[in-house]
Amino acid sequence: MTYQPNARGYYGEFGGAYIPEMLYPNVEELQANYLQILADPDFQREYQKLLRDYVGRPTPLFEAKRLSAKYGTRIFLKREDLCHTGAHKVNNTVGQILMARRLGKTRIIAETGAGQHGVATATVCALMGMECIVYMGKIDMERQRPNVERMRLLGAEVRAAVSGSQTLKDATNEAIRDWISNPVDTHYIIGSVVGPHPYPDLVARLQSVISEEMRKQLNEELGRELPDYVVACVGGGSNAAGAFYHFLDEPSVKLIAVEAAGHGINSGHSAATSVLGKPGIIHGSRTLLMQDEHGQITEPYSLSAGLDYPGIGPLHAFLGTSGRARFISIEDEQALYSVAELSRLEGIIPALETAHALAALPQLGAGPEDIVVVNLSGRGDKDLATYLQFADKLNSYEF
Amino acid sequence: MENRIAKAFAKKQRNLLNVYLTAGYPTLDATVPLIEALVSSGADLIEIGMPFSDPLADGPVIQASSTAALLNGMNLWVLFAQLKDIRQRVPETPILLMGYLNPVMQFGMENFCREAAAAGVDGLILPDLPLVEYEEEYQDLFRRYNLRPVFLITPQTSTERIRRIDALTESFLYLVSGPGTTGGGTAQDPTKQEAYFERIAAMNLRNPRLIGFGIGDKASFERACRYAEGAIIGSAFIKALESKEDAPAAAREFVESVLN
Ligand SMILES: Cc1ncc(COP(=O)(O)O)c(C=O)c1O
Repeated sequence: MTYQPNARGYYGEFGGAYIPEMLYPNVEELQANYLQILADPDFQREYQKLLRDYVGRPTPLFEAKRLSAKYGTRIFLKREDLCHTGAHKVNNTVGQILMARRLGKTRIIAETGAGQHGVATATVCALMGMECIVYMGKIDMERQRPNVERMRLLGAEVRAAVSGSQTLKDATNEAIRDWISNPVDTHYIIGSVVGPHPYPDLVARLQSVISEEMRKQLNEELGRELPDYVVACVGGGSNAAGAFYHFLDEPSVKLIAVEAAGHGINSGHSAATSVLGKPGIIHGSRTLLMQDEHGQITEPYSLSAGLDYPGIGPLHAFLGTSGRARFISIEDEQALYSVAELSRLEGIIPALETAHALAALPQLGAGPEDIVVVNLSGRGDKDLATYLQFADKLNSYEF
Repeated sequence: MENRIAKAFAKKQRNLLNVYLTAGYPTLDATVPLIEALVSSGADLIEIGMPFSDPLADGPVIQASSTAALLNGMNLWVLFAQLKDIRQRVPETPILLMGYLNPVMQFGMENFCREAAAAGVDGLILPDLPLVEYEEEYQDLFRRYNLRPVFLITPQTSTERIRRIDALTESFLYLVSGPGTTGGGTAQDPTKQEAYFERIAAMNLRNPRLIGFGIGDKASFERACRYAEGAIIGSAFIKALESKEDAPAAAREFVESVLN
């Protein structure tokens, strides 16, 4: 079994490029060039240098001793929250902006949910002196306000997506429409392993540095490269793809993908695509997505803006349906508990998205000898408004 | 096999008007009366939009009409029921269904083709169906039901790809007038646009061409007809229906304003 896409971007039955003709030249240009550019030594030199000196890689792998003691297993945290801008998203934007320059593009567009990808895109655009327009759902602009201000401070224009549920799906629709209207000078930096081929593979490769470092760091720390579990949250699935990437062909490593169940899987307010989704087409990719019996995409819900998406990347649809990865869904309340828990036990305030991954720890069934790596995809600064709103609850938990 | 699209282009070689309507808009039951009104006032082809929650290639006007139609209760079952007797009312005019792939996939492509053919539909425009998937998976099916696919061509489509699209087509080519979603979001440079239309005209393609996106009145229709066999009007027509009590009357008035 291979977990790499075929030449047309399919992971099993999932993937492909279901795009209107208006996008074809741009997408084809990327398809034809991305592997070559990624393999180019000049590109790699520039990319690796920026990852080191600008992003701050490698990020530490930290053994969380108090959390480990609580759950009776050995837990390591891959500290993507320490990346410049506060989340893993920048690994991808640094790579894609270098690619955009090589393709001669002068204008960058992006979609964002939690605002982390928007900030990471605005950041690299400032670095390269490129025009940057970020689409963000109106609701997300309200609940992730600090990130909106950060993007503006970085010189980006933030445009509100006011259709549909006014969240990540709708921001992505608007970004795609912008690309349709600007077919020559614009590169679309997609923020997750979603969208038409080659985006899922391109973003997964750019995020794969996470698992590459994990292997090296585990080896240095423990003398073994392979953990027993790798746990990551899945919105579209980019931090999970990066954390899983170099373990995909290691069957002894259990891959745990954690989705947002919102108010509960059967509450009608959820984003648990692996349970509620059926095969269909969203944003140019054939994958699992939440839809009604008529094939209309349903509005997802999660307290966490970064997981509030009705689909998952085609790689994850394949990992889930083939049994390679196990999917767990976590409700808003459980995630909030984990925010407080990591803050109080380890002195790390995680992003709300990341807290979903942490909340899966009790369900793993990991033993005392097991090595569990949780991908700490981002820090909680952007979520302070939400945490303040739930302050009484968060402060009431005993640890 | 005979097909009404080919017949329409054989009968009238110039100035063909194709009007797009969103099924179930402005009211659920407006679909058929609007088709009749469009045809009786002079439209040569009818394109019925199947509303979708996330229409990526559409501008604000068609997005809003799609949302309204879905709220009105439109779906493919309802649409095919509405079209059941359409060929008794509109015997000759080609009818095409236009829409995104996901609702069609959930309906089932074969079921969809069977129902469409039974209703007397002549062609399908599925903008997010990739050319290769069509060739490999659906070409035989479409043929079996005598449904003609229509593909889009844009100013960025390469010559080689236009030839391939032309070879796969037995109806007409849909020339997107410039960069943008339906309704013609961005202003277009007329010289560039002219050069693009003339470049395509000079290719001597085997299929006739209709120009769409951003065509909205008599002047833009006539201009488009200088470079192609006809043109497609969508957003401007949908807009003309907004807040009109009598939608069929508004439709007749609109078509007459374009043609006369
Ligand atoms: C910190 C953090 N983690 C996870 C995600 C979810 O994205 P993905 O599933 O692509 O990693 C986001 C998205 O905004 C995020 O900000």
